[in-house]
Amino acid sequence: MTLFWVLAILLVTTAVFTVTRQSPVHSVVGLLANFVLLAVLYLTLNAEFIFVMQIIVYAGAILVLFVFVINLLSAGTGPFAEGPNRMPRAFVPTVLIALIGFAFLIFGLARGALGILPAHTATSQGGDVGQAGVFGSVADFGVALFSTYLLPFEITAFILMVAVIGVVVLASDAAPSPTRGHHVRRKVHEREPIAKAER
Amino acid sequence: MSAPMSVDVSYYVALSAVVFFIGLGGVILRRNPLIMLMSIELMLNAANIALIAFARAWTNNAGQIFAFLVITVAAAEAAIGLAIVIVVFRRSKNVDVDEVAGLRG
Repeated sequence: MTLFWVLAILLVTTAVFTVTRQSPVHSVVGLLANFVLLAVLYLTLNAEFIFVMQIIVYAGAILVLFVFVINLLSAGTGPFAEGPNRMPRAFVPTVLIALIGFAFLIFGLARGALGILPAHTATSQGGDVGQAGVFGSVADFGVALFSTYLLPFEITAFILMVAVIGVVVLASDAAPSPTRGHHVRRKVHEREPIAKAER
Repeated sequence: MSAPMSVDVSYYVALSAVVFFIGLGGVILRRNPLIMLMSIELMLNAANIALIAFARAWTNNAGQIFAFLVITVAAAEAAIGLAIVIVVFRRSKNVDVDEVAGLRG
């Protein structure tokens, strides 16, 4: 229980830190702390494979992607390091909307789901880590992933392939030529020298 | 690891809701596309907390599988989102999502 509260408070703190920082680099650091704490929370929930994936995929891959983009975009342009900020103007309505939504969710929890949820039943003991047949172990997860949930897993591969193709198309040097629309073509044409000069 | 879990699953769902709405607030408040993407990652992770807590409560692997799929989709979403940010920045030299209004009627 103590561990949960410590993790929960730190998670909320780092999430707020991530959202409110002015500089994207500070946000990335807050997000990194959030993801690592989240991984520890997954470990307390017997999700060993998700724990490893959280560290490798989120803290390892996605955040590095963010840092690369920040570095790429702020090279030679001063204002990007700070970024635009509309916080003061929209702060009160946003917090109100978020609080109302949160209140609805907690209200729904308190009305129905809270009573019928079963208590935790721990099946994993110390030393059981990684063995088959133990809930949450990597072996158990792998068996389920490659037998019952094989089709979603294959679709995952398709999603990743779409992402790779999309990124290559989007980030390639060749500017896409507009096919129709008169003033769209003119706008692209006007902006072309800027893009060339940048490279 | 061997300590008995006495935390009810509803606490995890409440924590998930808190983190989700912090992320939602970030998406609404911030006009920096990178921080908006990070807030979306926060929201996806909040959903993962709930999924994994439910998996643990019912000792059913399905929740963990779903969380794994969510992580995959989040990776794809981050890659494409960041590529779009780069393209927009390359085209118009701005990082304010309010000024990217080329499709406004």
